[in-house]
Amino acid sequence: MIESVEKLHARQDSAREAFYPDKIRIGVGLGTCGLANGGGDVLNSIREEVEKQGLDFVVHGTGCVGFCEMEPLVDVLAPGLPRVFYHHMSPDKARELVASLADGDFRGDLALMRFDHDELLTSVERPLTGKLNGLANVSTLEQTPFYKSQMKIAIRNCGFVDPHNIEEYLATGGYSALAKTLTAMQPEEIIDCIEQSGLRGRGGGGFATGRKWRACRKAEGYPKYVLCNGDEGDPGAFMDRSIMEGNPHAVLEGMVIGAYAIGSNHGYIYVRLEYPLAINNLRVAIRQAEELGLLGENIMGTNFSFKVQISRGAGAFVCGESTALMASIEGFSGEPRAKHIHTSEKGLFGKPTNLNNVETWANVPVIIEKGADWFAGIGNESSKGTKVFSLVGKINNTGLVEVPMGTTLREIIFNIGGGVPGGRKFKAVQTGGPSGGCLPESQLDLPVDFEKLTEAGSMMGSGGMIVMDDRTCVVEVARYFTDFLRKESCGKCTACREGVLRMYEILEKITCGKASPQDVELLEEICVYVRDNSICGLGKSAPNPTLSTLKYFRDEYMAHVTGHKCPAGVCKALTTFEIDPEKCKACGLCAKACPTGAISGGKKKVPAKIDQDKCVKCGLCREVCKFEAVATT
Amino acid sequence: MALIKTTIDGREVQVERDRWAIDVAREMGIDIPTLCHHPALEPYGACRLCVVEVTKGKWTWLTTSCDLPIREGLNIRTDTPAVIAARKMAIELLWAQAPDAVEVQALAKQLGMEKPRFAARAEAGKCILCGLCVRVCKAVLGQPAVGFSRRGVERDIGAPFDKPSDTCIGCGACVAVCPTGHITSVEDGPLWRLNTSKTEAELELAKCPECGRRFAPVKQIEFIRKTLSDKPERAVLDQICPACRKARTAAGLSESSRERRICLEK
Repeated sequence: MIESVEKLHARQDSAREAFYPDKIRIGVGLGTCGLANGGGDVLNSIREEVEKQGLDFVVHGTGCVGFCEMEPLVDVLAPGLPRVFYHHMSPDKARELVASLADGDFRGDLALMRFDHDELLTSVERPLTGKLNGLANVSTLEQTPFYKSQMKIAIRNCGFVDPHNIEEYLATGGYSALAKTLTAMQPEEIIDCIEQSGLRGRGGGGFATGRKWRACRKAEGYPKYVLCNGDEGDPGAFMDRSIMEGNPHAVLEGMVIGAYAIGSNHGYIYVRLEYPLAINNLRVAIRQAEELGLLGENIMGTNFSFKVQISRGAGAFVCGESTALMASIEGFSGEPRAKHIHTSEKGLFGKPTNLNNVETWANVPVIIEKGADWFAGIGNESSKGTKVFSLVGKINNTGLVEVPMGTTLREIIFNIGGGVPGGRKFKAVQTGGPSGGCLPESQLDLPVDFEKLTEAGSMMGSGGMIVMDDRTCVVEVARYFTDFLRKESCGKCTACREGVLRMYEILEKITCGKASPQDVELLEEICVYVRDNSICGLGKSAPNPTLSTLKYFRDEYMAHVTGHKCPAGVCKALTTFEIDPEKCKACGLCAKACPTGAISGGKKKVPAKIDQDKCVKCGLCREVCKFEAVATT
Repeated sequence: MALIKTTIDGREVQVERDRWAIDVAREMGIDIPTLCHHPALEPYGACRLCVVEVTKGKWTWLTTSCDLPIREGLNIRTDTPAVIAARKMAIELLWAQAPDAVEVQALAKQLGMEKPRFAARAEAGKCILCGLCVRVCKAVLGQPAVGFSRRGVERDIGAPFDKPSDTCIGCGACVAVCPTGHITSVEDGPLWRLNTSKTEAELELAKCPECGRRFAPVKQIEFIRKTLSDKPERAVLDQICPACRKARTAAGLSESSRERRICLEK
């Protein structure tokens, strides 16, 4: 049990010694991305090899360090040497690495990069005294484009600490912020600090966190509830999952601080059922924190108590909406209600409730530790601190990136993300999940903050960022996301249930080439109606994909409607695939890829030819062709 | 309760804080259409017909008036072009969803619409998913016999698993509140049938011990007896049919007046 600040500091010191042992320490990324790429087998093979050779190494699992494209990732830490990350590991490669490490060879050839300082952790000094040898040529953090403009606050520690071991979080200075608030700060002071830091809700709304806390503190009623929204439902978004999996204690510490400031003794973490690893890691973290007296009754020997429970969602996208989430925790179906009466007054079980998202909570301990001014110094005028984005789609470096607010889209997509693969042209980026807007190339220099994205017709959302290349049809994109939202609407209000359905029907008509210009006008009319008349955020933002593409890519809509053509060659009803005999080198790749055997020729110098009757317009031939010989008309 | 000032359609009123805007406006003689509101039930905000335009400070927005609590300094308009357009679109969408609902058609025509621009939904009928049946059932029974199933465009009302409900007492409240006649009831010999397009509930009707006529579902009488178990003097009255109850009450009254007369004569 940790009953005082002194005991906490002593525990942190001993934990730090174990965190930087005087022997080799190997970590394997076991976030969902790592596991999906075979990280579990890599860990087993390392353990086997270490045992077989009788080596005195420490081997453990970690979370995701963000560079999902490079998984399975393994990091090796030796006394006096930089932390080295090895990428695309396989069980065989891992065994080879262990054998080399046993001989003192750090295999610079297998390495992805090295961290000379663990500066992503809170204040740890570790002098490098060892000889670099083969590691001298491995690129450092500053030399790696993916990492050099990143700044990690919310996803700090992810990929460095073992989420199943609370000692590792303590080693990085964990729970110091909680000790500070419980022993040296009044609740009002904490709220002042959060307010001055300029922290705004990372779940998408961007509401000032300090103001939210203050409203809940002032509200009459007991008990008060503190909730964490881990219902990350956006397709292609995984920021919150990564934090819950890789650094669950950051969320817990933030919540205890928030609860103390607000005057709450009971909290819930609402996690979607599709995140089993996050649920498991949070459970382990809660149990360990309770065992050490950092959660539960009389936290750190004070008279403040806070219990936290995990509530699992059943997979409805709408349950990420605050009032629907609360209805779901109460045991009802996830339906939102009007918020004229704020949840800070009447929320969960009709009591004052404060809901923040995972990333917001993870920011809190760092703000308390480093101060409001430090945090307010990061970001731009209106949006402070950093934001985590999950960079997916047609992008070279798929992964999680955390950048200061105000960083431009261009910087994120081209410098950090490494641009569009295959030499294709960038077309649009969708920010903010399925109900975000699509922004074109002309908006790439937009600084990413809450206001600028909204002004441009998109939104921050929870931080999904889907990059599209020139072989993406924006009408099809709008149709796809509207279809998702149509199915995920709870169906309570006419505007969202019926309106989104009708939007979808018209978009479907356009992609089939059966729409008229009047349909496009009607589509716009419904979009505006749904945006202004829906009960909750799902409906209010559902028209974003359509409205933003209509704003920036109207020509493409009109090409479908009046020209009966899909310029990107995606919409099947409007596209014909043909092979240009001039460009075709008769390599035969397309014929091999074709699932219906529609391609003949393509060997012995005879150019390939597509039988239009057999062609199902899947576009695989175009994907595989190395000579741009497959054209669409 | 303290009174606060607010403005509706240019007329300033003083009302109790947190009263629902629709009720206040209607008391002022302002007509606001709605299909999912019932004064006896908590507001729900599903049909979106009662939309109004609210201005507070520098913000102006559209919102439903049934779940809008009146607060100090709101400027509410019920007749702006944005309000009319929103109501028209809502009724048009409902019309295409429930083309057989004559009430919806009437309201649409009142708003100057001839026919919806959208095709009727395949599974179209009369239900507009206003949720009145679900809410009234919950208010009567606590544990509702009728609820929503599925979500989005597949949302539907009915008893669990589309099977006749065990909890239904046949009180008929859902039939009474249904704005479009989607839920109907019919007396069929010894049975009382409740119908939606998908489910049918059959309840046995009790015989009146006095006249022998069937008059109310057995389950309903049991429910009333249980609910009024602290008033045993009503137990007999609740088991006989309304006609016999009247007759018995009348007889009791005449009996007591006869006794009083005898008393006076003495």
